[in-house]
Amino acid sequence: MTLREGPLLLDLQRLSKNFGGVPALAEVSFPIFRGTVTALIGPNGAGKTTLINCLTGVVQPEGGRILFQGRELTGLPPHEIAALGIARTFQNLRLFPRLSVLDNVLLGLTSQAGSSLGEALLRTPRLRHRERRLKLAALEALDAFGLGGKADWPAGILPYGDKKRLEMARVFVSQPALALLDEPVAGLNSQETAEVAGLIRQLRRQGRTLLVVEHDMELVMGVSDLVVVLDGGRRIAMGTPEEVQRDPRVLEAYLGRMSVTA
Amino acid sequence: MRVSRGQRLWWFIRRHHTGLTVWLAAALLALVPLVVRNPYQLGLLNLIGIYAVAVLGLNLFIGYAGQISLGHAGFFGLGAYGSALLTVHGWLPPWPALLVTAALMAGAALLLGIPTLRLHGHYLAMATLGFNYIVHLILVQWDQVTGGPSGISGIPPLQVAGFAFDHEARFFYLVWGVVLIGVTLCLNLMRSGVGRGLAALAQDEVAAATLGVNVRREKVRVFVLSAVFASVAGSLYAHYYSYVNPDGFGIFKSLDLVIMVVVGGLGSVWGTLLGVTFVTLLPYYLEFLEAFFDLIHGLILVLILMFLPQGLVTGLWDHLRLAWAKRRLAAKGGTS
Ligand SMILES: Nc1ncnc2c1ncn2[C@@H]1O[C@H](COP(=O)(O)OP(=O)(O)OP(=O)(O)O)[C@@H](O)[C@H]1O
Ligand SMILES: [Mg+2]
Repeated sequence: MTLREGPLLLDLQRLSKNFGGVPALAEVSFPIFRGTVTALIGPNGAGKTTLINCLTGVVQPEGGRILFQGRELTGLPPHEIAALGIARTFQNLRLFPRLSVLDNVLLGLTSQAGSSLGEALLRTPRLRHRERRLKLAALEALDAFGLGGKADWPAGILPYGDKKRLEMARVFVSQPALALLDEPVAGLNSQETAEVAGLIRQLRRQGRTLLVVEHDMELVMGVSDLVVVLDGGRRIAMGTPEEVQRDPRVLEAYLGRMSVTA
Repeated sequence: MRVSRGQRLWWFIRRHHTGLTVWLAAALLALVPLVVRNPYQLGLLNLIGIYAVAVLGLNLFIGYAGQISLGHAGFFGLGAYGSALLTVHGWLPPWPALLVTAALMAGAALLLGIPTLRLHGHYLAMATLGFNYIVHLILVQWDQVTGGPSGISGIPPLQVAGFAFDHEARFFYLVWGVVLIGVTLCLNLMRSGVGRGLAALAQDEVAAATLGVNVRREKVRVFVLSAVFASVAGSLYAHYYSYVNPDGFGIFKSLDLVIMVVVGGLGSVWGTLLGVTFVTLLPYYLEFLEAFFDLIHGLILVLILMFLPQGLVTGLWDHLRLAWAKRRLAAKGGTS
């Protein structure tokens, strides 16, 4: 695979974040191109999740800029970032266990569901019509992610693999401009991992833009256009999967900490 | 494909079951004054109806959105005094007074909610408790306006086109009509995107926010809404009894309202009616234990929160739903 450079969707510029004086991100810059899969890898504590948290407004970076379609994201609250079309999964699942599977997916469509309290209290025809449309979209997403038939179950009782896919369905139901997946196959067996890899490739073919944080090197090398490597909050390498695999700094960062299989 | 009549009826029921349940409840309630003739018993049902209006709103805030308020008797009391003051001096007729008071309460809740709803758990409980304490203090102390401990009397009844809701059976239709409107509004809210956002932020604020829920705004809005419900309940109270004094609006009343929510079940609209009925009637059936009421109420609260943290009705319902879903899961053969 060669580096495919489409139009720039998101540009990270010298992003920095400290936790109690310890840098979690130190001047990290990289681009995300529209319609590509970018992988973000690095040993434990490298700052990958922190980077996703900065992108979604969950934590505020101390330095640097995030330009999304030319717009500055830093300083925006999470719900406004969501409304711009950036959706994410969490490293440690964050579903709403007491809500139904369907409601969990519908929450992925919050920005389209309308926020008028009066409309909601009176259940106007307009709202009813919209709700019906959203429900259809949600059911379709459930089917696409292999959760058809489980729509009215409480999300909390799903088996782990289903929960992972439910979180992905919740992301992709809104057809986000950018999807951020934090370790989508962590804890899955090899068959489930292959399924998720297939889903990611399929989403890429559909023109979606993804940033995938993953420790599973086989998955990373198989699905990504661009690989960014973090270590200790610094970007130590960036390139196509082939380039990164040959990079001595990457091998060094991983040496003894994780085996690179590809 | 031909569809049988029975099947069509079944679809109709499934599709409109929420609305049909409300109409069924309306039909049953309409019969009550024809059966229950005793004004004392009707009076109790009216009191239950008044509290139900307040607790429906409070359940949205506590049960559905997962927040806590120990101050809603304050809004209830201000609602009652607002209607009382506006009408006894002849400044406004009862209905406009009710609306103006509710609007004022919305404003008050907005002012109180914006700073306090940044707080969580104990802090929010303390802030709302403090609010209620101050309201009660003002009602007792500011006697040129509020009449002090002896309160305000001579409040006119609500009326529509010369028909006054001034005795038990008449008021029954009014208050339970308002309850059913409240029930409908709550059920509607829960089936909307706004309602899903509230249920989501109750469970995980960060996840809700990254999905597009404006957590702070939604909390303030549901707080204001619940204050309006409490205010309307207070206005109904004032016009029904034609007399208000500070006794019914202290912090222990707030605690009672919370117990009603918990007994009824967090987030359960119909359960609310059960919770209110149970807690309101308890003193009348346990009259001989009068000295221990606060203790008994406390005990009920602790027991429910220990064994069914979702509240009585919702807790039992959750258990059922879980058992049922697990059976289906087992029947399907485990994973996916
Ligand atoms: N909220 C926080 N408070 C304090 N320190 C934090 C916080 N979040 C992250 N850190 C620290 O920042 C560093 C980077 O953490 P981060 O979670 O971003 O790593 P990661 O690359 O996602 O690691 P992993 O592969 O284990 O998920 C770590 O040293 C971590 O302890
Ligand atoms: Mg991480």
